Formats: sequence, C-alpha cells, structure tokens
Amino acid sequence: MSDYLRNWLTLVVFGGVAVLLVGAFLGLGSLVRPSRQTSQKAVVYESGVDPQGDMWSQSNIRYYVFALMFVLFDVEAVFIFPWATRLEVYDVFGLVEMAIFIFILALGLFYAWRKGLLRWI
Amino acid sequence: MIAALTTPYVAWWALVPLITFAVAGFLLLTVASLVRRLPAVLAPAWTAVAGLGVLLYLVPMWSRVGRDGADSFLAGTVGVDRSSIFVTGILAVAVIAAALISRDYLPREDLPGVELYVLLLMSAAGGVVMASANDLIVLFLGLEILSIAVYVLAALHLRRIESQEAALKYFLLGAFSSAFLLYGIALVYGATGSTNMVRISAFLAQNVLVDDAMLLAGLGLLLVGLGFKVAVVPFHAWTPDVYQGAPTPVVAWMAAGVKAAGFAALMRVFVLTLGTYVSDWRPAFQVIAAATVLAGAVVAVVQTDVKRMLAYSSIVHAGFILVGLQAATDRGNSSVLAYLAVYAFLTVGSFAVVTVVSGTGDASHGLDAYRGMGRRHPALAGVFTVLLLGQAGIPFTGGFVVKLGVLAAAVDGGAYWLAGVAMLAAAVAAFVYLRLLVAMYLEEVPSGTETSGAVPLGALVVAVASAVIVLVVGLVPGPLLDLARDAVPVLVAG
Repeated sequence: MSDYLRNWLTLVVFGGVAVLLVGAFLGLGSLVRPSRQTSQKAVVYESGVDPQGDMWSQSNIRYYVFALMFVLFDVEAVFIFPWATRLEVYDVFGLVEMAIFIFILALGLFYAWRKGLLRWI
Repeated sequence: MIAALTTPYVAWWALVPLITFAVAGFLLLTVASLVRRLPAVLAPAWTAVAGLGVLLYLVPMWSRVGRDGADSFLAGTVGVDRSSIFVTGILAVAVIAAALISRDYLPREDLPGVELYVLLLMSAAGGVVMASANDLIVLFLGLEILSIAVYVLAALHLRRIESQEAALKYFLLGAFSSAFLLYGIALVYGATGSTNMVRISAFLAQNVLVDDAMLLAGLGLLLVGLGFKVAVVPFHAWTPDVYQGAPTPVVAWMAAGVKAAGFAALMRVFVLTLGTYVSDWRPAFQVIAAATVLAGAVVAVVQTDVKRMLAYSSIVHAGFILVGLQAATDRGNSSVLAYLAVYAFLTVGSFAVVTVVSGTGDASHGLDAYRGMGRRHPALAGVFTVLLLGQAGIPFTGGFVVKLGVLAAAVDGGAYWLAGVAMLAAAVAAFVYLRLLVAMYLEEVPSGTETSGAVPLGALVVAVASAVIVLVVGLVPGPLLDLARDAVPVLVAG
C-alpha cells in the first residue's frame, strides 16, 4: 500500500471510530433511560414557543432579490476585511484595486436599483 | 517598519483586449442605468466598436509578440503568445457578429435592449482569460466568467419557455461540469504540486511519477469538464436543446465564441501542460473524436428542426477539431486554430440567416420555413448556400481547407483510422446540408407561409461578410494558414 493510500486509511479508521463512539453512547443511553412518550414531547421544537401553522410554508419569491444582494455584499466583506487589516502594506496599489472592486460591485447594486428591483411591489 | 508589498509585473499592453471587453461592458451597464431611454442603436454599435477596437489592437500586439517572443506576467498566471492573440481575434469577430445580429433581433422580439450586449462583452472577457491562462485556477476563473454570462444569455428570451428551459439545462450541466473541472485541477495539483501550467509541465518533464493514478484521474476529469464546454460526445447531450431554445444571436456566440475559448483551453491544458502524458490522453481523445464525428453526423441526419440540425453539425465540427488536437504537434495546433477561425465565420453566418428566417417569436425553425427560400429570398438563400457548402467541406470553400488541415495533421501523427472515420462522417454530414439546400431550391413554398419582408441589415451584413470570407479562404487559403502556423502556443515561465 502506498503512503498516499495509508494516509487515507488513517482517515477511514478515524471516521469509523467516530461513528462507533457516537453510536455506542446513543445506544447505551437509549438502553438505560426510561421511555415515557407523551404527545407534548412529539411536538416540533421551536425554542420553547408553541409551534403555529404548517411546517411546510412558502416564502415570498420577492425575497430572492434581497438574498442575492446579501450574497453580493457578503462576498464583498470577505475580501474587504483581509485588505483592511493590511491596509498599509498594500498602499496606493491596494487602494486602487479595492476601489475598482467596490465600484464593480456597487455598479451591480446601482443597476438593480435603477431597474426597480429594490422596490417592494 | 512594515515591508512594502512588491506587486507582480504586469504587461499592461497584453491585457488591453481583456480590459477593453470588461470596461466596455461596465460602461455600457453604467450608461444604461443612468439613462432611461437609450437610442436602440447605441448598445450594438458600442459592442461592435469594442470588438473592432480589440481586433485592430491585436495587429500591433501580434507583431510585438513576434518580435519580443511570448511573455507571461501576474506572477506567471497569465501568458500572452500568438495563439492566445489568434483566439482573442476569433472571440472579437464573434462578438461583433453577435452584436450585429442582435441589433434587429431584440426590437423584433420586443426584448429589453442592453443586457445582452453587457453579458456578451463580459463573456468575451472571460474567453480572453481562458485563451491566455497560464494557471489552471485562472483558466477556471475565465471559464466561469464566460459561462455564467452565457447561462443568463440563454434565458434572455423572456417569453419563450424553451429559452428558460435551455438556460436551466445549460446551467445545471455547466455547473456540474465545472465541478468536474475543479476536481480535475485539484487532483493534478495533488500529483504535481502546482496549478501553474509552466511548473506542471516542467515537473512532469523532470520527474517520473511512480504512481500516476492521481494524475491520470485528474487528467480524465479535466477532459470531462472541458469536453462539456466544447460539446464532444458523450458530453454533448445539452447542445441540441440549448441551441434550439436559446435566442439565435446568443447561439451564434455560443457556437463560435465559447467553442473557440474551450478549444484554446483544451490546447493549453493538454497539448502544452500535459504534453508529456500525450501517450496516455491521446487514445481517449481519439475515441472521443471518432464518437463525436460519427454520432453528431448520424443524429444530425434525422433532425427536422434546423437549429437542432446545426447544433449536431457543430458537434461534428467539434469532433473534427479534436481530430487535429489529438495530434499534439505544431501542425495539429495550427490546424485547430485555422479550423476554429473558419468555423467561427461559418456559424455566425449560418445563425445570422437562421435568425432572419425564424421570424417574430424566434419559433419557425422547421424545414418548412426554408422551403422555397431560393425564390423568396434569392440573396439570403445564396449566402446560406455558400455557408452550408462551407460547413460540408466542399472544395473551394474555407471549410474544405481547414478540414484538410486537421485530417493531414491526424495522418501525420499516424492516426489513419481516425482520419478515415472523420472523412466518412463528413460524407454523412454533407447529406444534412444538402437536404437544406434541396428544401431551399427544389421544394415548393408551402401554402400559407407568408412571404417575409426585407432582410434586416445587421444579420445580412454578418451573413454576407462570413460567406465572402469563407469563399476567400477557400480560394486563397495562404494568409489564414500562415497566420495559424505562426500562432504557436507556448508556455513561458513568469
């Protein structure tokens, strides 16, 4: 067996141990604990509040625009944070690069705005 | 004291085509957002001018690379050589053609005016990145920029359900193939320790891998990922549906531009980077090429929808290009580039005609729409005839010259059986084009078909110009073949 495959073997063994361990604990627990089912216990857990309505609910399709916008600025943040921590190192070059990056992203938002996508109809 | 960042060397002169496409797209989007009512002619004119500007700029770039040799920059991740300039030229031509065809298409279909051009320019920028990538990750970036724009383009016909269907199919399969490509890149990185094409090829030239299973698996996955983009059998299943559903000007771009970028990527990855493993990947390429030309030609024969017919014929063409590519020689590479150039003209011209014939609604693609066209639209039918004969590879058209080129490259490499299969498939595929010709000239106009009015200028210009170029290349092939011969792809370390 090559070294490469041996490394994978470690992973497989580790994964197997993890499954076994969790299974053993859960199995042991179900053996020793008392089992008294009530209807209250079968209710969906909603952080202590009584659940209302159907679990299968539709959300408004209009939210998807905002979800997309969120992703846009989420990704922006991912790139801005590391840049901001090393601002001095990147100097003018970094400033220009980031300005271009933000401009392009802002252009997307601007386009969406002018297209009237941000208006709640 | 903080050490200042040393920025990598950037050969700005070589980035001009990429920046032109991208900035032209951004500017168009900005202007379109600021001004409510743009003159309808502005966006296509702007796009065509951007394409034309790139095309003109490529001339000094070409001679500069000839003088100073190929270069690589941005820490060796992007390269510029004459093959990337050549492919950029094809992309620019395809952009101009698609913009001209769309000029009349969008108002006819009553579709919003600017997005198509913006996405077209973005997609072209992605294609330029692919054609000049010196790093697998950069290649992937280019592929995604190109593809994501094209997914949206395919869905652009808002009121045709087929267009939405095409976009969804293309998107799902495209995302899937991107995953294959990424996995392939990861495995190649695992086997060679780099994603840089120069370093990978240097590593493989200097080292012998004791256990090359991982590299071969990565190689296979790369082939799957890129094979999907250029639509070779068995990764072609999306092509007919997407070509049929997508707006016709977009199909022209897909067939000419996306395919050119995809084959440029295949050439860079397999012939240049993994050239030392040619004996491992060549059999796969040969089998795929043979399957592609045969399956494409045979299935094209039974199509009744002209767009599907042209989709299968584009699959046959992809197979032919692969026949040249598997030779993995300079001759093979130049035959591939020449084929891509002529094929680009053939497809944009053909789809320009299809756009005109399809009529309002972009729906009449049956053979009926073409019956009796020789009498109704003699000029258009004549142009289409030249383009179809070119696609069939009849002598004295550009199609013949380039088909001969790839076959000669294959025979040169000793792949006689493959050349034989390809010639057989070409004969079968010729039937498809002849059937269209028969419909145009020998069959009666079906009653109830309205005689459509004037041919729109943009599509006409594209169709006529492509037909003329295809004829000129067929009669005087020297200049194009010389260009393609000089467009040697090379990898240079940064």
